[in-house]
Amino acid sequence: MRYIFVIFSLVFLTFSAGLAQVDTLGADSTLLNIAPPAPISNLTVYDKANDHGHALILEWKPSPDDAAGKNTVMMYEIYRSESPDGPFENIGSVPSGNSRYDNIGILEKEARDYIPDNTDLYYRVDAVTINPEIRTSSEIFGPVRSYSNWFHRGRVPVLFAVLIFGGLMMYFVSVARKGAELYVRPLAGIAAVDDAIGRATEMGRPILYILGLGTADMISTIASFTILSRVAKQVAEYQTQLIVPCYDPIVMTVAQEVVKSSYLDAGHPDAYNDDMVFYITTNQFAYVAAVNGIMMRELPATNVYMGKFYAESLILAETGAVAGSIQIAGTDEVGQLPFFIVACDYTLIGEELYAASAYLGREPLMLGSLKAQDYAKAAVIILSILGIIAANFGWTAFTNIFKVLD
Amino acid sequence: MKRTTLILMALVVIFFALSWIFKAMAFKGVEEHYILQGFLVTLAAFLTLSIMSFLYKDNPFYKFAEHLFVGISAAFWMSMGFWSTIVGNLFPRLSEGMSNFFKVHYIPGDYNFFFYVPVILGILLLMRLSRNYGWISRWSLAFIVGTTAGLNFIRYLRSDFINQVSSTFVPLLVDWQGIGHFFSSLNLSASGQFIMMLANWVIFLGVMCGIIYFFFSKEHTGLFGRASRVGIWILMITFGASFGYTVMGRISLLVGRITFLFRDWLGLNI
Repeated sequence: MRYIFVIFSLVFLTFSAGLAQVDTLGADSTLLNIAPPAPISNLTVYDKANDHGHALILEWKPSPDDAAGKNTVMMYEIYRSESPDGPFENIGSVPSGNSRYDNIGILEKEARDYIPDNTDLYYRVDAVTINPEIRTSSEIFGPVRSYSNWFHRGRVPVLFAVLIFGGLMMYFVSVARKGAELYVRPLAGIAAVDDAIGRATEMGRPILYILGLGTADMISTIASFTILSRVAKQVAEYQTQLIVPCYDPIVMTVAQEVVKSSYLDAGHPDAYNDDMVFYITTNQFAYVAAVNGIMMRELPATNVYMGKFYAESLILAETGAVAGSIQIAGTDEVGQLPFFIVACDYTLIGEELYAASAYLGREPLMLGSLKAQDYAKAAVIILSILGIIAANFGWTAFTNIFKVLD
Repeated sequence: MKRTTLILMALVVIFFALSWIFKAMAFKGVEEHYILQGFLVTLAAFLTLSIMSFLYKDNPFYKFAEHLFVGISAAFWMSMGFWSTIVGNLFPRLSEGMSNFFKVHYIPGDYNFFFYVPVILGILLLMRLSRNYGWISRWSLAFIVGTTAGLNFIRYLRSDFINQVSSTFVPLLVDWQGIGHFFSSLNLSASGQFIMMLANWVIFLGVMCGIIYFFFSKEHTGLFGRASRVGIWILMITFGASFGYTVMGRISLLVGRITFLFRDWLGLNI
């Protein structure tokens, strides 16, 4: 019985293997018997506009056998050469159904994907079937050249915005320099700065000024330097103690210069000490831990938070509130504003921070810039109303003016 | 230091020493370096509780955790700045000798004269250490602040000005086919006509009133003042929503820390 079973199994296995062999041969023969697909048509290659060069765009009409006809096209392979006679090099591929390939080269000459500018290039697109041997090449397109552009035409709206805004700013700065009185409405948070410094002097406690976690190149940090300048000047006049713990070493360097100049302007250069402005660490929560410790140990009368803040805003402001300090905050980080509004006595919201620096500085340059910004806002209101009317009536010509390309 | 404080500190040290022993015993047979693993988990729990103790008041444990955190992070960033920026990125592109000295791979093809600009600016910045030539460091600062302010000017005009203006170009009457059709098809579906129109009206009025609030060169009185009041209301409602959303995220961070304490440290599967 056992022998019969073994013989039967061997026969079965042999038969199965034979069938599989036949099946494979059948599949291979199917692959071999695929008819070559129809080629793509209308191949065009052109330089990519508004770029630094080294890039070309290919477009074509797909093969009639792509998702239709014989339905045998699996992908398109793209070939490039510097001569119409070849040799052509495969530079990439796209799946069937596509009719565009962006041949974006890189700048290093030694790299394989480098595309030389101002050089004749020739392209060919192959419609490839499941069997890579069976394919149909398109006609060769060329010569075509890539070249760099001096001007990004997709960013014309930005140019106009720069010219208009720059012109407005120069006009108002010149008006302010001639002595014209430019009105800036009072901001409660800024009016409170003077009171807070007075309070600190009366209580004999220090003022803690936090510049935030921003780097020296951020607009909010730059605005904060101006406010620090004013605070430091007043602190120097009142002979109060100032503490400025910094997160970023460059910010610390600038802040030291700012405070030093303010003490000089106030006529108390000898009262300045480099240790007033010091570096803690460039780690967010380690910085927060250290500043919280300062708040609880030094018990400052006033905490001023001006600049860029992130997740640490609520931790700082809450600790300051627990320590019983008057708190004035200002940031353009929208996500953190709610925390400052909740935990601080006064908060400068977004652009109020920039306005505060102009309000306190009273310099023609800053006042003129603030006035220009107000005119820009008026322009935004007018343009938005016009845009809404255009959107209602489907006037795309107007709305397209404001589309900025990457 | 008070006697009671010293006794309390000693008790805490004993408690965590015992925790280390128990944790190491728990890791025995599971981890190869079970004593070290026990120490690391216990230390993490101790530091977590030390930082959390600040909620009660400033205390020696918080001070210890704070100084440890600040010291380690400052040293880490100093080290990272030198090894990744100067040794990792600059030397391989400037000097084969220095690359060999620091045992980093020299990249001859990447040599670029402009890499010397940050080197020179960095050296100028270090001139602050000199009493007589400290003023030279202002050149680097002026370069950093001036260049980036100029670059940001274009970026902000594009993203915060033009793109935002074009985002307000929304139709106030969406798919309008008359007042009868509007009321007959009234529903609260998110993609329905009513909600779409309401959203566009909120965008329109919110943007207009919000901008009016940020006018600084005109007094906020009369109609202008009323629009400004609406603007600040819209801002406050937005901040309220943002507050709730962020607090939810913070709660999840707290849950993560409590899970560590209960599960990883105390071994309680809650």
